[in-house]
Amino acid sequence: MLSSQELVFFSVALVVIATAVAMLLSRNAVHSVLFLVLNFASVAALYMILGAPFIALAQVTVYAGAIMILFLFVVMLLGAERLSGKEPLRGQRLMAGVVFVALLVEAGVMVMLQSRGGLGSLTPPTGSFANPAEIGMALFTSYSLPFELTSVLLVVAAVGAIVLTHREKKEH
Amino acid sequence: MVPVSYYLALSVILFSLGVMGVLLRRNAIVIFMSLELMFNAANLVFVAFASYYQALSGQIFVFFVMTVAAAEVAVGLALMVAIFRSKKSIDVDQMSSMKG
Repeated sequence: MLSSQELVFFSVALVVIATAVAMLLSRNAVHSVLFLVLNFASVAALYMILGAPFIALAQVTVYAGAIMILFLFVVMLLGAERLSGKEPLRGQRLMAGVVFVALLVEAGVMVMLQSRGGLGSLTPPTGSFANPAEIGMALFTSYSLPFELTSVLLVVAAVGAIVLTHREKKEH
Repeated sequence: MVPVSYYLALSVILFSLGVMGVLLRRNAIVIFMSLELMFNAANLVFVAFASYYQALSGQIFVFFVMTVAAAEVAVGLALMVAIFRSKKSIDVDQMSSMKG
């Protein structure tokens, strides 16, 4: 008999896997983006269950909000082209399936071995663990150098994106 | 609560699906989205173990992974727009100009 927590986990996990598969299989790129948004939102629900409210909301705003809107924008800009069904590399699909099964079996065996070695159950989140105030304190004290470095990284990425898409106007 | 290995198993499935997407699809944007799927699988393990060991550093790492992913998406999509301008396509099989 499933406990209520297992029931919640399995129903969210089902949505996560179903949307990932639907993203891979849908021919229309716009549908792929929308399925991925749903995938990110349901993973955010898992973060919420795991007691990580800050990460969950960052996932919704940064991933499902900002990044996926950027994807959607580019898909619309480039016209969401539909590629032909034929495969130029022979056996590409078969090999992809083989690699998928091999990776799944390998990692699955690893997880089984590890969990037999004594990985237990999660404990329910307690008190003030990982609330936004505590994460802010950690970010601005022990992790302040990487935090400042990410701002440099973001500036470089923004400038890089502008340089890559900028077109010089021909003078003559 | 649920055993932590359930989260590991879910993350394994998500990561494998992402790998399969990269190998299977030819639309460069969908390949990019499969990469995001793999990032997500890694983040899920980080948060699960942060909760398991009651260690905050796992969640901080997810925060940094998200920022790097945002930077990567900005540059990657700009590259894709630039490629589309010159090739009129984002089919990865068409990007073979340097093939001997």
